[in-house]
Amino acid sequence: MIVKVIVTPKKGVLNPEGKTIENSLKMLGYGSLQNVKSGRYFELYFGKENKDKIEDITREICTKLLANTVIEDFTYTIEG
Amino acid sequence: MKFGIVVYPGSNCDMDCYSALSTILKTNVDLIWHKDDPTDKYDCLILPGGFSFGDYLRSGAIARFSKISESIYAHAKRGGLILGICNGFQILTEMKLLPGALTRNSNLKFICKDVYLRVENINTPFTNKIKKNSVLMLPIAHHDGAYFIDEDGLKKLEDENRIIFRYCDKNGQVNIENNPNGSISNIAGVINKEGNILGLMPHPERACENILGGTDGKLIFESIINTM
Repeated sequence: MIVKVIVTPKKGVLNPEGKTIENSLKMLGYGSLQNVKSGRYFELYFGKENKDKIEDITREICTKLLANTVIEDFTYTIEG
Repeated sequence: MKFGIVVYPGSNCDMDCYSALSTILKTNVDLIWHKDDPTDKYDCLILPGGFSFGDYLRSGAIARFSKISESIYAHAKRGGLILGICNGFQILTEMKLLPGALTRNSNLKFICKDVYLRVENINTPFTNKIKKNSVLMLPIAHHDGAYFIDEDGLKKLEDENRIIFRYCDKNGQVNIENNPNGSISNIAGVINKEGNILGLMPHPERACENILGGTDGKLIFESIINTM
């Protein structure tokens, strides 16, 4: 089973990397672009396991390590 | 008075701290490897600057789970002093021993320069030798020093007088021009509710000798020694 995790800055937290990318893209001519938020992406590989258990483990991993919940939100999808 | 400097893989300001404390302040000081268990023989633990665990994932995120964290939590619980400098401050926020978080500098650059700090509260174990309304000059050297805390958290810090250092100009004026990294409210250092744990981004250990540009850093260490 693969869990795909996306960690992004919370609303209200400065995201200078996202802003810089946004400025660069606008300079390249993508004028309709309104905003860019940059974050982190992780893939977690598990063996065959109960889906609920994987969800619990994933949430624990995210809140404990992958995301700093003071400044970041996380979402995830489970495949397989 | 015994200091213990925690050394993580990637810490690089441990020897500066050791040198300042042993040769300038002339106190007892040990280096403690992050896998060791120092028991309770230290009055003050220092988490030094550097790039513990390569700053991988987030600065301080992995150091938080070192074996020594158990001892650090126990030391904090029994009221022992902890000084987190730069990466040490980052580790303390990841450990949730201090509120808030340190994020990427707003201009995305690694900033290495002397800054002025207004001392907001001199009634702490870390600032009691500093005169009221003082402005200190200390060097900073960081990429992820922008302090963030939410509105409620900021209000709490302000109400409880727990913002200890703010970036300012040489006259003590706190303004956006003298905010090097985008920290909320120009915050450079904060203290915990119990008053025994301080984190700051600037490096006092690099400002203990005139040959290095100034000695304002000594005041913080002298305050700690005075407390004990």
